[in-house]
Amino acid sequence: MVKKTTSPNLSRRDFTKIVMTFLGSIMGAMVGLPIIGFIVSPALKTQELDDWISLGAFDGYPIGTPTLFSFTRSKVNGWERTTSSYGAYVLRKTESELKVYSNVCTHLSCRVKWDEDAHAFLCPCHDARFDINGAILYGPPPRPMDRYEFKIEEGNILIHLTGE
Amino acid sequence: MAGKVFAWFDERLGLEAFYSTVLDRKIPKVNWWFTLGSASLFLCVIQALTGVFLTMYYVPSPAVAYDSIQYITKGVAFGWLVRGIHHWSATLLVITLFLHMLRTFFYGAYKFPREMTWMTGVLLFLLTLGMGLTGYLLPWNQRSYWATTVATEIFGTVPFLGDFLFKVLRGGTDLSALTLARFFSAHIWILPAGVVLLLGVHMVLIVKLGISNIPGEDE
Repeated sequence: MVKKTTSPNLSRRDFTKIVMTFLGSIMGAMVGLPIIGFIVSPALKTQELDDWISLGAFDGYPIGTPTLFSFTRSKVNGWERTTSSYGAYVLRKTESELKVYSNVCTHLSCRVKWDEDAHAFLCPCHDARFDINGAILYGPPPRPMDRYEFKIEEGNILIHLTGE
Repeated sequence: MAGKVFAWFDERLGLEAFYSTVLDRKIPKVNWWFTLGSASLFLCVIQALTGVFLTMYYVPSPAVAYDSIQYITKGVAFGWLVRGIHHWSATLLVITLFLHMLRTFFYGAYKFPREMTWMTGVLLFLLTLGMGLTGYLLPWNQRSYWATTVATEIFGTVPFLGDFLFKVLRGGTDLSALTLARFFSAHIWILPAGVVLLLGVHMVLIVKLGISNIPGEDE
């Protein structure tokens, strides 16, 4: 096969090997790197949400009972408009004290539901319970219920929707 | 270490023998026209790779096929490049295959004992044209739509079987969602399966029989 030469110079075969490896690597990188970008690019795109959502009149909410307000927001993912639904539990503790919770369970993002009989927020997925103040009563959640930042303008509750 | 690992695999898989049979095989003194087969193989592999990645975003439905391709071209990083390579190397592949066939024909390389290599090559060429035909519809733009209208009508002119072929290709009498779905299926599954099978036979025959000499003037 390969003739062993005593010449100190690079053999023709070795030269070809080096050139082929070099050119092959360049060609591979030229195709390979864009392909990686092609695969991961949608994952690197973020659409920041920064919206104030009106939940209606402050006076319309009952005192002492968490009340669900549902709304939707749409985003564009690729070629499709994706509509996501959100739920905010509005709790007027007293005449003037207000708290607004996200209904997304802090465990694995199922949606919690206020249960009047149990007097707790129940998560149907892994049996988590939060009390009326959003504190963990039972189950696997790592932290209390998340709250929305809010403000009251002209008697209306507005919550701040942020994130991706 | 690397040598030991290689030796372990070599002992079980016969890599050295594979290398010397496939890559160190003896070939006659030939010219640049003999590189067209390798060029076609290279383009075929490029088509397979870029095609696989395009399916990550493409959706074969009349509602969103066009939008998904617009997204590939304008929204995805290097989408224009991957789609562009698939588009242009498809055209280039038909050209290299045609020249490869002309070389084989004019050098008489299709003669005994290489008739099977020639026949599988002809079928591979037809399959490639089929890939072109089915791929042309997928962007689902005006050009795709009317080109496929005409192409399926041409199949309809075949004596006796024409009407049947026309309907089978379209999945009914109309050029519809069914046509798009079956062209996509043919483009990514059925025709490539045929290509892989025949290409395997084609390559084994090339290695087994060797390639022919350039015929001399007195032959």
